[in-house]
Amino acid sequence: MMRKLARQHPSLAIGLLAAGIFALLGLVSLWWTPYPIDQIAISRRFLGPGWAHWLGTDHLGRDMLSLVMSGMLTSFVVASLGVLIGVGIGVPLGLAAVAWGGAVEWLVLRFSDLTFAFPAVIVAILIATLAGPGATNATIAIGIFNIPVFARVARGGALAIATQDYVAAARLAGLGRATIAARHLLPNIMSLLIVQGTIQLSLGILAEAGLSYIGLGTQPPATSLGLMLRDAQSLFLIHPSLSLIPGLTIVLVVIALNIAGDGLRDAMDPRLRHQGLSHGAG
Amino acid sequence: MIARKTLALAMTGLMLAAAPVLAQPTEIRIGVALEPPALDPTAGAAEAIDVVVYQNIFEGLVRIDQTGAVQPGLAESWTISDEGLTYRFKLREGVTFHDGTSFDAEDVKFTFARLLAEDSVNAQKALYTAISDVSAIDPTTVEFTLSRPDGLFLFNLGRGDAVIVAPESAGNNAAEPIGTGPFAFIQWDRGSRVVLEQYGPYWGEKPALTKATYMFISDTATMTNALLAGDVDGTNNFAAEALAVFENNPQFKVLVGSTEGETILATNNRREPFSDLKVRQAMAHALDRQEIIEGATYGYGVPIGTHFAPHHPYYLDLTNTYPHDVEAARALLAEAGYADGFSATLKLPPVAYARLSGQIIASQFAEVGISLELVNMEWAQWLEDVFANKDFDLTIISHVEPFDIGIYANPDYYFGYDNPEVQALNETLNATTDEAERKRLAQEIQTIIARDAVNGYLFELAQTGVWNAKLEGMWQNAPVEGVVLRDIRWVE
Repeated sequence: MMRKLARQHPSLAIGLLAAGIFALLGLVSLWWTPYPIDQIAISRRFLGPGWAHWLGTDHLGRDMLSLVMSGMLTSFVVASLGVLIGVGIGVPLGLAAVAWGGAVEWLVLRFSDLTFAFPAVIVAILIATLAGPGATNATIAIGIFNIPVFARVARGGALAIATQDYVAAARLAGLGRATIAARHLLPNIMSLLIVQGTIQLSLGILAEAGLSYIGLGTQPPATSLGLMLRDAQSLFLIHPSLSLIPGLTIVLVVIALNIAGDGLRDAMDPRLRHQGLSHGAG
Repeated sequence: MIARKTLALAMTGLMLAAAPVLAQPTEIRIGVALEPPALDPTAGAAEAIDVVVYQNIFEGLVRIDQTGAVQPGLAESWTISDEGLTYRFKLREGVTFHDGTSFDAEDVKFTFARLLAEDSVNAQKALYTAISDVSAIDPTTVEFTLSRPDGLFLFNLGRGDAVIVAPESAGNNAAEPIGTGPFAFIQWDRGSRVVLEQYGPYWGEKPALTKATYMFISDTATMTNALLAGDVDGTNNFAAEALAVFENNPQFKVLVGSTEGETILATNNRREPFSDLKVRQAMAHALDRQEIIEGATYGYGVPIGTHFAPHHPYYLDLTNTYPHDVEAARALLAEAGYADGFSATLKLPPVAYARLSGQIIASQFAEVGISLELVNMEWAQWLEDVFANKDFDLTIISHVEPFDIGIYANPDYYFGYDNPEVQALNETLNATTDEAERKRLAQEIQTIIARDAVNGYLFELAQTGVWNAKLEGMWQNAPVEGVVLRDIRWVE
């Protein structure tokens, strides 16, 4: 199965594999990291990569590999929850817009315009001001930013489906709007949503890193890739590896997810390749 | 026409480009981390105010020099009565404020009436409560009468909190400071910089600099780049973690000096379980000072065992009162009834030494079973929650006021230490002028607060300045808050 996938969709296989490894590393950190991440030992700080510490140690003597693993978990959890919030609220909104049309559609579209007008960072600053910075608030901010993205994708996909004969048949058979949306529209836009979900996941990881970097996301002693960058930035000229390691990790994760997303799109529906999904960036 | 305009523009460009080469270097741009909330040093506690204005825009009757000694300022001489209750100051003549009004005894009288008034917002008003009367004998003579002798009276007159202001301009000093100093305020671009220019009619020796710009750069990486690119000529206090960038660079000089900043793990003595002496002793044993100093100040901090500056002649080395001992800490916690430890919050203001020390202390406390939740706060929130409302368990803060052991005699102070013995000793200390006796009293208070482990005594903050190698005359130590421009000059 895997071999067939690799032959037919090499980019999908590579992307999924890489993203899977990164996600697995993060998951493993729940039970095991080479060193505990809250163990501070100043005597062993700024060690270069070596046998004891594969990626070296940071300014507090913590093991960089352990920090990267744990940071990866934060990134994936925050980004995935952000996608779940986006799907959970955005998709029903988008489907409702198609199923009911008229005023509902107008409201949904204006609402998504309004939310689009505020980038994730602005929403996060607003939330951080009201509720204080933290990973939870970063998740909410990223989730809010995802809602209109999924609402638009769901509506765009569903509009095309809604004109199909079987939808008309279902309506003639007496099914309600909500039932039609759930039974006929939703399953047919699933592939669209999965592809968009992968893209939003990578954007969410970027956004989480960005928010933590400016101090609005994860707070110490918890860790995230963005927070590691923040801690390391004043040391960049002296110990560049402290910035390069989390920085490169973010780049690799995002590339892996994007390759996987593109591959998924090709694999699920070749026609979508030409339509081109929106890569709406925050 | 167009061609001519282009030519004119090009020439302007040339002139602009040539200007820095031709001009004598008499201007300086100093990078400082914090922007002051206002510019009136008599109406705010922020150190950032003094950094810009102290001895530059404003002067007091006396001034503190870089060794911490008292020098004549607007008063050229003074006599003290035998019982230490009357100070008579002879004021300088021909002194003017930057708005042109002249300085005389009435301004001194006004300054202290304003400072001691019921509605005064002076941050250090308590230091001047010994003053019972200020009278202008004649335009150049002022007499202070004290209700009790005060051994630190002259030093306190030299602080930024007691600089002389004029009745005509005092109300506007927060936004447009007008003093008698060698530099006059020109403009304040909020969020960016404050510009000062040499004041021509200054009464004293003219400083070498003609213009000084304070640039506010809070981010260490930005400050590093600004220094490397030559956008600023120096900074009075650079983050210790990145100091290595400049240490071996011949274009810069690094000045490592002492400050008056005792950095403490401030402990809310009113609250359980910290009201229990055994718990505080256990916490003191749990602290590994050396590791905190290495980790948070990169070895530049000086260990302290009590609330006193190590370079002060009265200082007593009490760092071994509760040496780092995990077993002893666990035993004490068990005796206090916390065999399984306890949880507490540690509120951290937005300064590197606090955030870093906080993480290290949390790790050290975890070893003895105390689990700390770190709460990062902005300054405004910290001042309100911790300092004003006393709503905290633990916090980390540097007390930068010189000779401030008196805060342990104030049971209403934020850490809430109430010990009548210390209060009595402090009262005696304030009223004593005999040097040897003062030293004995100060050391007795130091010993008691160290033994009571009122707060976790961590380290004396260092001042690590980075300056262009061609600059001279910067203060290496900071016996009082401020960046004094008077002696700074370019040398080729």
